[in-house]
Amino acid sequence: MNFTSFRKYFPAALASVVMSLPVHAAEVTGAGASFPAPLYAKWADAYQKATGNKVNYQSIGSGGGIKQITARTVDFGASDMPLKPADLDKDGLMQFPTVIGGVVPVVNIEGIKPGDLRLSGAVLAEIFLGKIQKWNDKAIVALNPKLALPDQAIAVVHRADGSGTTFIFTNYLSKVSPEWKSRISEGTAVQWPAGVGGKGNEGVAAFVQRLKGAIGYVEYAYVKQNKLPHTLLQNAAGNFIAPDETAFKSAAAGANWNKSAFYEILTDQSGKDAWPITGATFILMHKLQDKPQQGAEALKFFEWSFRNGGKMADELDYVALPESLIKLIHTSWSNLKDGAGKAVWAGK
Amino acid sequence: MSASRQQRSLGDWVFFNLTRLFAVLTLLMMVGIIVSLLIGAWPSLREFGPGFLWSAEWNPPLNRFGALVPIYGTLVTSLIALIIAVPVSFGIALFLTELSPRWLRRPLGIAIELLAGIPSIVYGMWGLLVFSPLFADYFQPALAATLGQVPLIKGLFEGPPIGIGLLCAGFILAIMIIPFIASVMRDVFEITPPMLKESAYALGGTTWEIVWNVVLPYTRVGVVGGIMLGLGRALGETMAVTFVIGNSSLLDNSSLFAPGNSITSALANEFAEATPGLHTAALIELGLILFLITLTVLVISKLLLLRFVRQEGSRT
Repeated sequence: MNFTSFRKYFPAALASVVMSLPVHAAEVTGAGASFPAPLYAKWADAYQKATGNKVNYQSIGSGGGIKQITARTVDFGASDMPLKPADLDKDGLMQFPTVIGGVVPVVNIEGIKPGDLRLSGAVLAEIFLGKIQKWNDKAIVALNPKLALPDQAIAVVHRADGSGTTFIFTNYLSKVSPEWKSRISEGTAVQWPAGVGGKGNEGVAAFVQRLKGAIGYVEYAYVKQNKLPHTLLQNAAGNFIAPDETAFKSAAAGANWNKSAFYEILTDQSGKDAWPITGATFILMHKLQDKPQQGAEALKFFEWSFRNGGKMADELDYVALPESLIKLIHTSWSNLKDGAGKAVWAGK
Repeated sequence: MSASRQQRSLGDWVFFNLTRLFAVLTLLMMVGIIVSLLIGAWPSLREFGPGFLWSAEWNPPLNRFGALVPIYGTLVTSLIALIIAVPVSFGIALFLTELSPRWLRRPLGIAIELLAGIPSIVYGMWGLLVFSPLFADYFQPALAATLGQVPLIKGLFEGPPIGIGLLCAGFILAIMIIPFIASVMRDVFEITPPMLKESAYALGGTTWEIVWNVVLPYTRVGVVGGIMLGLGRALGETMAVTFVIGNSSLLDNSSLFAPGNSITSALANEFAEATPGLHTAALIELGLILFLITLTVLVISKLLLLRFVRQEGSRT
């Protein structure tokens, strides 16, 4: 094509390109936590097939998710760590949980099979504090009178990268050990008093499988898919519990969700079957929606996912929320308002 | 005729300004990076002051941060890497230029250059899954039994041999920077005028004497440049180190067997999940410190080179 003909045809070509674009389908963007990212991706895919609407989720980490939603560059943020009600108010945000997951201690001791070893929260904290250093320490032997525990040094493995998993785990240790609470406290990254750090669940799992006498903690899905030797944990009711869906659901059912703007961390719950290191992952949205259309689309996606996504969650080894909690979440959505004070969520 | 000349001078003018623009852009980008690092690190700079440099605490929940552990880890791993890589690279370059049969030079040279092209994450995974178990089972016990018994340096080789830690990271870094240093050394060794070498051989020198007394002094500037290139890479290396250094902000003994942390691995691990505020600012300040360390290395190497050049000048 020479230049004159280009000039002649260009406007027509441009017009035809513009007009051939389809009617714009709704596209919602979100960013944040990496733990629920595989599930959100699966939900988004199924949602697009069912409704034609697109949800674009970027797994950039909880910290990034909080930054992005505060800066209003995304329609929803996602975090493994719930924000305290005061922090929510400061930035005009609201939050709600989407799925539940569990954190599970895994070990590598000669002759110990999955589910053999029993630990209590206090002993777990002492191990991660570096105070119990041998597997045949009398505190561990007292919980496992029938096991032959070796005279072997304990190699502690923790997450090196900041993560929601670490937050849930250290939150639990803070609840069961006053010394942990005062010396180390809780967070997505803490100053570990002992051990080596692996990057991601797979890094921790690799270290635990390699180092003899190791103990680490990983997401439940990771334990299940890789058949890692998990421990039993004594919960607040005094029972030794194996990590599974029922134990996580039981922990979620015990929480007082409606009181706290969903600021509930499900560790150390009192239910008799509750797995003690359970946590939910959260969505963050602005209470005042400057683009109400987008806000409503985001809520539609989560409403659809709560209704249709339970099975997909099971397949990926996440635990869906109990029905009662989903009702509470629907109610909380009436707090999302547009500029005129009208609720964004019309109930359907 | 004059029109075409005019056209040419216009072309020259455009070319001159375009290239100048590119050059200035680099400078502007560097200034921009420094300024944005300073702004990002400001809350941490204000809160901790210079004490940030020598505090060994890194406690995100309590918002207390110090850079000693990562700075120590960065410098120690890079130093280990240099101690191993410089003699080995020197040997490789020496063999390739002076001793190797001619037919072997090209394949060996290409193999070394290919090593430089392997992505660092591959080194990291190989280090974690293949190298560090071997390191823990064979090399570390041997080190503990030999160097670990020597009085003064005993403390460097203590503790359980878990294969992951400062020493392992140093070794992986050494393997990564050997191709860089070796290929620079080989290139500069090759440019030594044959006349000089042949005269020395004629005087009855051995290969070693010729390399040590003729080739090395002649190529000193290039050799130092190659080493600095390697050091620069070692200081900034992220993924490979993160896999094998152990990622622990705990500094309670001097052992190289112990896990540690480097500036780059701290950044890679924590940045995505850091909450806005002091934690993020402290991480950005770590980045600023790494920038300054690299800059210092660069300045020192430039000064060193200047001194060599001046010495050469005074000698002739």
